[in-house]
Amino acid sequence: MSTSGAPQTSGGKDILLRVRGLKRYFDVSQPLLNRLLEGKPRQILRAVSGINFDIQRGHTFALVGESGCGKSTVANLVVGLYRPTAGTIEFDGQDLAKLQRRSELAAIRRKMAMIFQDPYASLNPRWRVFNIISEPIRAFGLLDDKQAIIDRTAQLLTQVGLSPQDGQKYPHEFSGGQRQRISIARALASDPQFIVCDEPTSALDVSVQAQILNLMSELQQRLGLSYLFISHDLAVVRHMADRIGVMYLGRLCESAPADTLFENPRHPYTRLLLDTIPDIEMTGRKRVPVAGEIPNPIDPPTGCAFHPRCPRVTDVCRRERPHLRPVADGIMVACHAVDAPDHLSGSQAAG
Amino acid sequence: MSEPLLNVAHLRIEFNTRRGTLVAVDDISFDVMPGEVFGVVGESGAGKSLTGQAIIGLLEPPGRIAAGEIRLDGRRIDNLPYGQMRRLRGRQIGMIFQDPLTSLNPLYTVGRQLVETIQTHTSMNHEEARRRAVALLEDVGIPAADKRIDHYPHQFSGGMRQRVVIALALCANPRLVIADEPTTALDVSIQAQIILLLKQLCEQYDTAVILITHDMGVIAEISDRVAVMYAGRIVEIGGVREVVKNARHPYARGLMGAIPSLHRRVEKLNQIDGSMPRLTEIPSGCAFHPRCPQAFERCRRERPDLVRVGESQVACWLYGRTS
Amino acid sequence: MGKPASLQAVHIPLHRRAIDALRRAADGDVFYSFIHSPVTVAATAVTLLIILSAVLAPWIAPQDPFDMASLDLMDAHTPPSWMADGNPKYLLGTDDQGRDVLSTILYGSRISLEVGFLSVIFSMVLGVGLGIVSGYAGGWLDAVIMRIAEIQISFPAILIALLTDGILRTVIPEARAEELALTVLIFSIGISGWVQYARTVRSSTMVERNREYVQAARVIGIHPVKIMLRHILPNVMGPVLVIATIHLAVAIITEATLSFLGVGVPPTEPSLGTLIRIGNDYLFSGEWWITIFPSAALAILVLAVNLLGDWMRDALNPKLR
Repeated sequence: MSTSGAPQTSGGKDILLRVRGLKRYFDVSQPLLNRLLEGKPRQILRAVSGINFDIQRGHTFALVGESGCGKSTVANLVVGLYRPTAGTIEFDGQDLAKLQRRSELAAIRRKMAMIFQDPYASLNPRWRVFNIISEPIRAFGLLDDKQAIIDRTAQLLTQVGLSPQDGQKYPHEFSGGQRQRISIARALASDPQFIVCDEPTSALDVSVQAQILNLMSELQQRLGLSYLFISHDLAVVRHMADRIGVMYLGRLCESAPADTLFENPRHPYTRLLLDTIPDIEMTGRKRVPVAGEIPNPIDPPTGCAFHPRCPRVTDVCRRERPHLRPVADGIMVACHAVDAPDHLSGSQAAG
Repeated sequence: MSEPLLNVAHLRIEFNTRRGTLVAVDDISFDVMPGEVFGVVGESGAGKSLTGQAIIGLLEPPGRIAAGEIRLDGRRIDNLPYGQMRRLRGRQIGMIFQDPLTSLNPLYTVGRQLVETIQTHTSMNHEEARRRAVALLEDVGIPAADKRIDHYPHQFSGGMRQRVVIALALCANPRLVIADEPTTALDVSIQAQIILLLKQLCEQYDTAVILITHDMGVIAEISDRVAVMYAGRIVEIGGVREVVKNARHPYARGLMGAIPSLHRRVEKLNQIDGSMPRLTEIPSGCAFHPRCPQAFERCRRERPDLVRVGESQVACWLYGRTS
Repeated sequence: MGKPASLQAVHIPLHRRAIDALRRAADGDVFYSFIHSPVTVAATAVTLLIILSAVLAPWIAPQDPFDMASLDLMDAHTPPSWMADGNPKYLLGTDDQGRDVLSTILYGSRISLEVGFLSVIFSMVLGVGLGIVSGYAGGWLDAVIMRIAEIQISFPAILIALLTDGILRTVIPEARAEELALTVLIFSIGISGWVQYARTVRSSTMVERNREYVQAARVIGIHPVKIMLRHILPNVMGPVLVIATIHLAVAIITEATLSFLGVGVPPTEPSLGTLIRIGNDYLFSGEWWITIFPSAALAILVLAVNLLGDWMRDALNPKLR
C-alpha cells in the first residue's frame, strides 16, 4: 500500500482527503498508584487501529458501524480534535501533521468544518445565534467589517432555511431541527470544501431528519461540498453516501460504492448488519439476528475481530487477521472467506 | 371478535403549570386485543410515552389524567387507589423502559430482583421463585442462567440487561406489557435480537404488548396494529401493513415517506416542513394543519375525529363522514 | 434581501433589550420561586438594608466615631436611650471612649462588608481561574492544582487565614503595617476560601469541555484561553454565584473572628468583630450593650446572607443540594 507519491490524483480521481494507516490508541489504565498497588497492567483501548480511505472531491464517504467501532474517533481525528497515534491524513495534498505554522494550519482548517450529533449540546446556550454562526468568520479573520459579517450571517441563515432575524435569538428558542440548521450554518460560515458530519440526524425525529438530509444534499450540490458522513443508520447512509466503509472494532471490514454494498454485501458482518435492520418495507424475508455481542475493544478477539460472531468462521480466522484487500473493482473486503480474483490481488489498493 | 383486553376511551392528560393548563394527550381512544402487539408510533412530544405511563399508573405529577377511562378486562383502572394499582402493576401489566440501566437496581443481583418480584406477585417460596427466575432468564436467552442469576446488573452488557428487564416484566406472567422505546438505547445488531425475543415471548406467554417507539422499522417488524400519534392526538389507527404501505392521514403518509429506504435511492426524501408544535402553542382545528400540504379552511377551524376509512380509522377532513 | 432585515435584527436598541431581559426575568421560574418564599424576600430586604445603611453610614450615622474631636469622654459608658441613665442622643448607648454604638455599628458593618466582599471576589477569581484551567487542561497541571487544594482543605479555613495573616504580618515592615492591615486581612481570608470554587468549577468545566459546542470552537482553532473565557466561563458561573453568596457569610464571620482575636483590622477602624472584642471586656461589668448590639448586627447580617444563599442554591441549582 503506497503512502507516498503524488496525492492529487489516483486513477484519474480528484482526491480531497486521503487517510493512510490511521491509528488512535487511548490509555485507559488505572492511575499509576493503583496499577502499582493492585498489580494491574496498562490498558490500551485501540479505538482506531489502522484504516485507509480516500474521499473524492464532491463525494460523500460514509463510515457505518455499531457503538465502539471507532467511527466517531475517525471523525475527530480528521478535524484535528485528536492527534493520530500513527498514520497520515492528507487534505488537498497536504499532510496535516506536517503543518507547523499556525497560519498554515488555519488555512487548512477553514476549509474543513464539522456538524455534530446533539443539537442541544453543540450550540453554546449563552450565545446568541448571530455570534455562534459568525464565530468562524471572526476566528479566521475572513471579514473585518461589522456590516459585512452581519450580511454574511444573514445569508447563511437564509441558506439553511432560517430567517436573518433568528440571529438575535438564543439556541433554546429553537427546536432540534432548527438547531441543527444553525449548526450547519456555522459549519458553512468559513466557506469550507469539506464537512465532517458525526451522526448529524440521529438525535432528530424522522420527519425532521428528512428535512436536514435534504438540506445537506442540496448544499452539497450547490456548493460542491465533500462529506465524511458518520452514522449507525444504514438507511440514512444509503441515502447520503457515494461510498461506504463498514467499521468493526477499529478496523474497516468492507469498503465499497453504496449501491454495490447494499446489493451485494460481501463481508459476513456487512451482510448480517443488513439482514438485521428492522425493515419498513416488510419484504417478508426471514431475518437472522447477529448472534452474540460486540466484544470489548480493550480486549479484542484474536485474528479477525468478528470471528466469534461470524457464521463462516474457520480456523484461519481465529489465528490471522485478514487485511483489507480489493476483491472486485472498487470493492475492498477484509475477510478470509471472501476470495479475491487473481488479477486484483496484486493491484494497488485504492479507496 | 373477542373482548378487548385493554380499552382506553377519551383519555386526556393535562399538566397544570403556573402558566396555565397544558393538554399533553387530548381525547385518545383505542383497544388492545389479548395477545396482540399494538404499536404506538410518533415523534418526540407526541404524547406516546405519557399514554403508556397513564395506563400503568405511573404518570408523574404535575401530569394527571383529566378525563377519560382506562379499562383492563372491563374493569376501570385509571382511578384505582395507589395500593391496588401497585398490585396490578407487575401482575397484570408489566413495563419495559428505554434504558435498561435505570430499570434495574445496581445494588442487588438480578436474581434477587427477580425473586423478589416473583414473590410479591405469587405465593411461591424462595426456592420455587428462584427456579422460576432461572427458567425466565433461560427463556430470554441468557446463557448459563443459573450462574448469571447471581451477577449484578453492571456485569451484563446493554443487550443482556434489556433481556433481564424483559424477564422482570414477564415474571408474574402479566396480560399486558408496555414497552417504551425498548430498543432505542441498543445497537442495531442487538435491537433485532431484542425485538424478535419480545415478539416470540409474547406469543409464548400469550401476553399483549403496547410497543411505544419512534422507530417505524421496529413497528413494521412486530406490530399487528399501530396507532400514529401527533401532538397528543391519534391521527390514524389501523393494521400495520395498511398504515405502513397505505397511510391515509397526510402526517402518517409524510412520516412513512420521510424514512430513507434500504432498497431504493431517491433524489430527495419526502419531508414534512416545520416541526411538532410545543404544548403551549397547539394550533386550532386539526393540530397538523400548519404543516399539512392539503390543508383547507375546515382544518383550521374544526378538529377532525377518527372515522373509518377502509380498514383503518383516520382523523382527517380529507375523508368525509361517510359510513 | 437579507440586508435591511438583518440590520433591523442586529441593532435592537439597548433599552429594548433591557426591557426584554427584565420581562423574561419577571416571567421566569427563579423570580416565581423568589416571590413565593417570604423568608427569602425578608432576608433580601434585610441584607439590602444593612448594605445600604453601611454604604450611607457617613451620611446617616448620628456621629463620626473616628473623628476624635466629636467624641466626649464624659459620655462614655452611657446605656441605651430607653434605660434609666440613657441619653436620647445615643440610641444604643456609647462605649468606653464615648463613641455612639449605633454609629460604630454602621461604620463597623461597612468595614465588615468591605472585607467580606473583597475577599470573596479574591477567592472567586483565584478559585474560578484555577478550577477552569485545571478542568480544561487536565494532566499534571490538574493534578498539581488539585493536590494543593486537597492539602489546603484538610485544614480549617480559619487556620489558613490565621497562618497567612501571621506570615504576612512578619514579612511586612512595621511602618506600613497599619495601612496594609486591611489588604493583608482580605488576602488572608481570600486565600482560605478558593478551594470550593476551584473544585466546583473544575468539575463543571470537565463536563462542559466535552460538550460539542466546545469541540466546535476547537475545530476552528480558537485559542484555549479564549475558549475558557468566552465559551466555558459563562456556562460554569451559575453554581459559582451560589457559592459566593454563602461564602460571603463565611468571610464576614472569618473577618469577625480574626478581628475578635485581635489580628484583624486595627482598633482605629473597628469592624463588627473588633467592636465585639472591645465590648467583651465590659460585658461582666454590666455594660452589655457595647458588645451585644454589634453581635446582634453581625448575627442578623450573616443569617440574612445565609438564607439568601440557601434559597439561591435551591432555586438555581437543585443538583448542589
